[in-house]
Amino acid sequence: MKENKKTYWKGLEELTNDESFVRNAEREFPEGPSNLDGSSRRDFLKVMGFSLAAASLAACEAPVRKAIPYVNKPVDINPSIPNYYASTFASGGDYASIVVKTREGRPIKIDGNELSPITKGGTNAIVEASVLSLYDKQRLSDPYINGEKSEWAALDAEVKSKLASAGSVKVITNTIISPSTEKALAEFSAAFGGAEVITYDPVSSYGITKAAEMTYGSAILPTYDFSKATVIVSFGADFLGTWISPIEFAKQYVQGRKITKEKPVMSRHFQFESNLSLTGANADYRTPIKPSQSGLAILALYNAVAKQAGATTVSAPAVEVEYLEKAAKELWANRGKSIVVSGSNDPNVQVVINAINDLLENNGVTVDFSRPSHFRKGDDAKMNQFVTDLKGGRVGAVVFFNCNPVYDYVKGAEIAESISKAKVSIATNGTMDETASLVQYVAPDHHYLESWNDFNPRKGEYSLSQPTISPLFNTRQAQESFLVWAGISTNYYDYLQENWRSSLMGTQSEISNFQEFWDRSLFNGVYSTPSTSSAISGNADVAVAASAVAKSYKADNAGVELAVYTKVGIGNGSHSNNPWLQEMSDPISKATWDNYLTVSQKWANEHGLKMVEGATRKAKITVGDKSLIVPVLVQPGQAQGTVGLALGYGRSKAGRVANGLGVNAYDLLDSSKGFVNFDVTEGVSVELLTDTYKIAQTQTHHTYMGREFVIQEATLADYKQDASAGRYKPQIYKEGEFVKPSKISLWKGHQYSQHHWGLAIDMNSCIGCGACTVACQVENNVSVVGKQEVLNRREMAWIRIDRYYSSPEGASSNKELEQAADNPEVTFQPMMCQHCNNAPCETVCPVAATTHSSEGLNQMTYNRCIGTRYCANNCPYKVRRFNWFKYHDNKDFAAVNVAQNDDLGKMVLNPDVTVRARGVIEKCSMCVQRIQSGKLTAKKEGRKVQDGDINTACATACPTDAIVFGDMNDPNSKITQMLKIQEDTISAVKEVNEERAYHVLEEINVSPNVWYFTKIRNKDKSEA
Amino acid sequence: MQVTSSVREPLITGGKTLKDVTHDISRQVEGKPSMAWLLALLVSVGVLVLGGLALVATLWEGIGMWGLNKTIGWAWDITNFVWWVGIGHAGTLISAVLLLFRQKWRMAINRAAEAMTIFAVICAAMFPIIHMGRPWLGAYWALPLPNTFGSLWVNFNSPLLWDVFAISTYFSVSLVFWYIGLIPDFATIRDRATGIRKAIYGALAFGWDGAAKTWSRYESVALILAGLATPLVLSVHTIVSFDFATSVIPGWHTTIFPPYFVAGAIFSGFAMVLTLMIITRKVFKLEDYITIVHIELMNIVIIITGSIVGIAYITEFFIAWYSGVAAEQYAFVNRAFGPYWWAYWSMMTCNVISPQLFWIKKIRTSIVATFILSIVVNIGMWFERFVIIVTSLHRDFLPSSWAMFSPTWSDIGVYLFTFGLFFTLFLLFAKFFPVINMAEVKSIVKSSSEKVNK
Repeated sequence: MKENKKTYWKGLEELTNDESFVRNAEREFPEGPSNLDGSSRRDFLKVMGFSLAAASLAACEAPVRKAIPYVNKPVDINPSIPNYYASTFASGGDYASIVVKTREGRPIKIDGNELSPITKGGTNAIVEASVLSLYDKQRLSDPYINGEKSEWAALDAEVKSKLASAGSVKVITNTIISPSTEKALAEFSAAFGGAEVITYDPVSSYGITKAAEMTYGSAILPTYDFSKATVIVSFGADFLGTWISPIEFAKQYVQGRKITKEKPVMSRHFQFESNLSLTGANADYRTPIKPSQSGLAILALYNAVAKQAGATTVSAPAVEVEYLEKAAKELWANRGKSIVVSGSNDPNVQVVINAINDLLENNGVTVDFSRPSHFRKGDDAKMNQFVTDLKGGRVGAVVFFNCNPVYDYVKGAEIAESISKAKVSIATNGTMDETASLVQYVAPDHHYLESWNDFNPRKGEYSLSQPTISPLFNTRQAQESFLVWAGISTNYYDYLQENWRSSLMGTQSEISNFQEFWDRSLFNGVYSTPSTSSAISGNADVAVAASAVAKSYKADNAGVELAVYTKVGIGNGSHSNNPWLQEMSDPISKATWDNYLTVSQKWANEHGLKMVEGATRKAKITVGDKSLIVPVLVQPGQAQGTVGLALGYGRSKAGRVANGLGVNAYDLLDSSKGFVNFDVTEGVSVELLTDTYKIAQTQTHHTYMGREFVIQEATLADYKQDASAGRYKPQIYKEGEFVKPSKISLWKGHQYSQHHWGLAIDMNSCIGCGACTVACQVENNVSVVGKQEVLNRREMAWIRIDRYYSSPEGASSNKELEQAADNPEVTFQPMMCQHCNNAPCETVCPVAATTHSSEGLNQMTYNRCIGTRYCANNCPYKVRRFNWFKYHDNKDFAAVNVAQNDDLGKMVLNPDVTVRARGVIEKCSMCVQRIQSGKLTAKKEGRKVQDGDINTACATACPTDAIVFGDMNDPNSKITQMLKIQEDTISAVKEVNEERAYHVLEEINVSPNVWYFTKIRNKDKSEA
Repeated sequence: MQVTSSVREPLITGGKTLKDVTHDISRQVEGKPSMAWLLALLVSVGVLVLGGLALVATLWEGIGMWGLNKTIGWAWDITNFVWWVGIGHAGTLISAVLLLFRQKWRMAINRAAEAMTIFAVICAAMFPIIHMGRPWLGAYWALPLPNTFGSLWVNFNSPLLWDVFAISTYFSVSLVFWYIGLIPDFATIRDRATGIRKAIYGALAFGWDGAAKTWSRYESVALILAGLATPLVLSVHTIVSFDFATSVIPGWHTTIFPPYFVAGAIFSGFAMVLTLMIITRKVFKLEDYITIVHIELMNIVIIITGSIVGIAYITEFFIAWYSGVAAEQYAFVNRAFGPYWWAYWSMMTCNVISPQLFWIKKIRTSIVATFILSIVVNIGMWFERFVIIVTSLHRDFLPSSWAMFSPTWSDIGVYLFTFGLFFTLFLLFAKFFPVINMAEVKSIVKSSSEKVNK
């Protein structure tokens, strides 16, 4: 075909290359619609596509109910960024300086305040759990008049007019350690003709304060310092668990228990007690004694010490107490650096204790009366007098200031009967408890997390508490109520500030501006005045006290004796409506949701009682004319001829959680000698009934069956000889030689190029208090399952403390090994996911729901889990927990699992942690949410993660720093140094040179990232 | 043409002709259901419904309805699973292995035994699904399906996944094998039937025309499937045993498990076949086809496998002692003398001691004794799995976590449900399908019947 050379023009415009033609030539429609809106067909399609997609996406979104955005964002509230506020936990005289973590305005977690010179960053179970009480729906939401909801104005008007004409006004309170509260009360008192403030403590230390008065002239508690004591002797004082200020004492105590190869010294601890307490469980030498012998044992100790000191001895009936002589000898050898304490509430006994400490030159060193503590101010005598007056109709008005004597005072029943004899009765209690429900006016106080207050736990030490949320209910701070009734219109915050301005501002010269001083104190949470200590001395007549003691104690009481004690989790019972505390496994008995009569193994054998899997029988305990029916728990270590019963149970009006659990042991206490005696030595009888009962224990097998691959321990003497004493080092035969199990593996092994997280747990420091278990529950939204499910062995705890008793000496057969010794040695072993590098759980999951992270963590992907439970079966540590039911939003669990069912309770949930669905496995994540947040913070700040940036909830809570978390790839981290990881390696298997460090179940080479340090007992020779 | 020794006991008694065979067996399918059958079906469906309540409760409320706990994550669920899978093995062994070994006595029992396999595997396969915390997801997440979660695959290291493959393969092969065998018999029934029944059996017969070529293909397929099924007899229970053998738990971590499980499976399978056959032959009057010879031969298999299992039990103890591993030693001492001693000794009595009675010819050839012992063996084999699973788990490494297991009504109910399902299916099969392979039995009428020898 011939090429066509002709050009055809579309028109003249093209030929002339007209400008307007060129512009229009590219367009689809040279004229018309496309000119109108300036957008093309493509644009139209894009817009339509987008709007369609947007409309359909919007339609898919779940409806948002009542989400109210901030119009102006508060300066310090950033979604998903927590804020921390220093504050103070105080319940009566129980004290801890704390840091409150809030998220989007909700307090969700309580940590210890490390700036506090008293609690030093430690917490305990009650403090950790107290955040849930804030969201307790059983708290009163309004003031009440005669049981009817009312208004504050109406209540104030009535109270003011009635109080004015009531005559004698009494304020009943537990120990107040707040100076501003005391001042407010004084104003109230002044306004109503010198109203008397009567202080009592449910668990009284009146004996100590009274003895101090007798010895040194002022009714005070001394400051104890266990850290300076190389020999510790305690007669029934559970100072690590429940006695006076356990967090503080645990912090001190453990300083003498941490040992290294370079410094192989530790304190020696003697405990003489009836019930096996947490403290007794940690003692090197523990002798079970009857309460009736305790006074004589103390006299014997006094005489033994006095003999060596050349002081006059006192006459005392002889008493046979094992290790008492030894204790006396060692105390004398370590005079000036030893301590003797007694939990007795008998002033005469405490006078002797004071005398012993004086002889041992401990006064002013380990027992310091020149720096009084204010934890207990209760006066049993005055309280007793009040009850008499109330019964006699001599009390015009009574105000119960956040106390519940109807429940927790020995004469509660008498108070209950006679409250109506007072013309006016008022309570400031936050719940309608046993006392509040009997009074005319209830003016409910805020929860402490909603309140301003100050505290003076010890001479020269102050702390503040501040609100971390605006009040949830129509409550009013009790101090403000007192001020209002006294006719003072200042609000309590201003009052508090004014008090600090006038009384504390002047104690420092550093800051001249009060606001600055206040802000700094509030920021730190604590403030210490410069110490002005003046030596205190005095001398009570020991002989008089001794003869009184000799008279009231017996060496050979044949009858049964009752030793009433407090549990670590439940304490005096004021927090018992908290399901976290109820479900917390008791450190010693491992029981939950109950109190019970602890009996010795011998008694159980004699009565044919065998406790299997929590199944037991009930007994009737009778004291005088009162009797209670209570289940029996066989407790190794219980002194022969004694039974123990815990306080804090048998609440009838605590709320939905605690009502009806256990029996009230306050009823059985003895107040015949002018003080509340927690040891009932006469008129006690116990009758075993045929009724069966099941106690929900989380651990029903109590010995470690001599398994060295689980528990490795040694005596200090052996440790000094050989730092690896007590270590079990399995060797496996391979090609002609024996090698460590870690040298044989199927796996190629992981490489951790960045971090390698791990935990080091010192079994010597762990006192078993269980603060970590509650902290974990709070941090990780762990479900509470209730008593029945604990009985079904389905508690959800991610971390537990295994408590093992030693078997009797010479036990060899399985049957014998299963039995605990009568007075066993106790070992605590915190157990959580071991984050194995060769994890048996990871290989068996069919859907890869549990996998290994690049930082050494064993991760659980709840979304992917289908719940075969194969991983849990194959976990040699049995730390995996299955969601047997739907625990959240399920009415079957609403009564116990408050934090996941109740609309208010849910506010405590940690938004960083998923609430697990039914049918999935969960377990310790090594607080992966904290790790992520720490890494993000470091990244934002453009630096590497440093040791201490990140800490797990358990390690943070631990009052004894027994759990250390860190990066084993970081040569400067504490954990690396503790474990002496020398090799600079990114391999998962680290070469650990610390002789005490071991893996539980080393021989199966699952290669955990959790290391345990052998338990060392300061004994001369090993014995069971 | 096969030659049969006249010394051998005849496999078919009563002088049956080819016509008799067709008639005797088709009669059950064609006749009205008997009162006994209706009653049995009623009971089975009743158990199915009652057990179904427990199943629904479990699916509705959660696995917490069972008696499991933090220490014991599997108990009745996996015990039942392994037990049912084990029972299934006899069917495959009879139809496949004995076919390859040209054991003609299998012909009278293989149909029912295969049906039993299928139903037992259905019952077994339910447990891995319903024992999951989230079966609505797990039922398909356990399969390696392409998905939208990125490159998210199943974990090929997990023995549970191997189970998924093993069981599904086993089920499909068994089903196909069984059904192919049924086709000529369906055709026989079709040819005798009229009306709607003719249409149904015609459809089931897949247009079988009885031509020589069809028969030739039929036999080839049967042989190929037998070849495929034979390794499954060994592999399925081997893989099931890996669930335990590859773990770290003392009492589970045992290399002897594969052969021991396979022997146990055949052992329990034969016991179950006996139980079912003794009833079927009585109810359907098939004594001439399922003779005492069959029963005796099966009893001999039971003695052999029972003895293998017994030796395995003893070997486990020896190895535990010989290993020097304390936890392992404890696990075995605890089995025999711990809190679950009764389960262990039930297992020993039922599985090791009672089958030894079959050495006595009188017992071996007694219908009543065989029936009782077959049930005893199945009880024993259930206890074997219970002992392995529960007594190993309940006291493993850390004494702090030691616990006990006790079943709840839901545990029992779900087990009953599978019984109901199994017997309902088996009864329906026995009524509507030919329970004896007519085509195969006819092939031996001329060589192995009583008439031939006379």
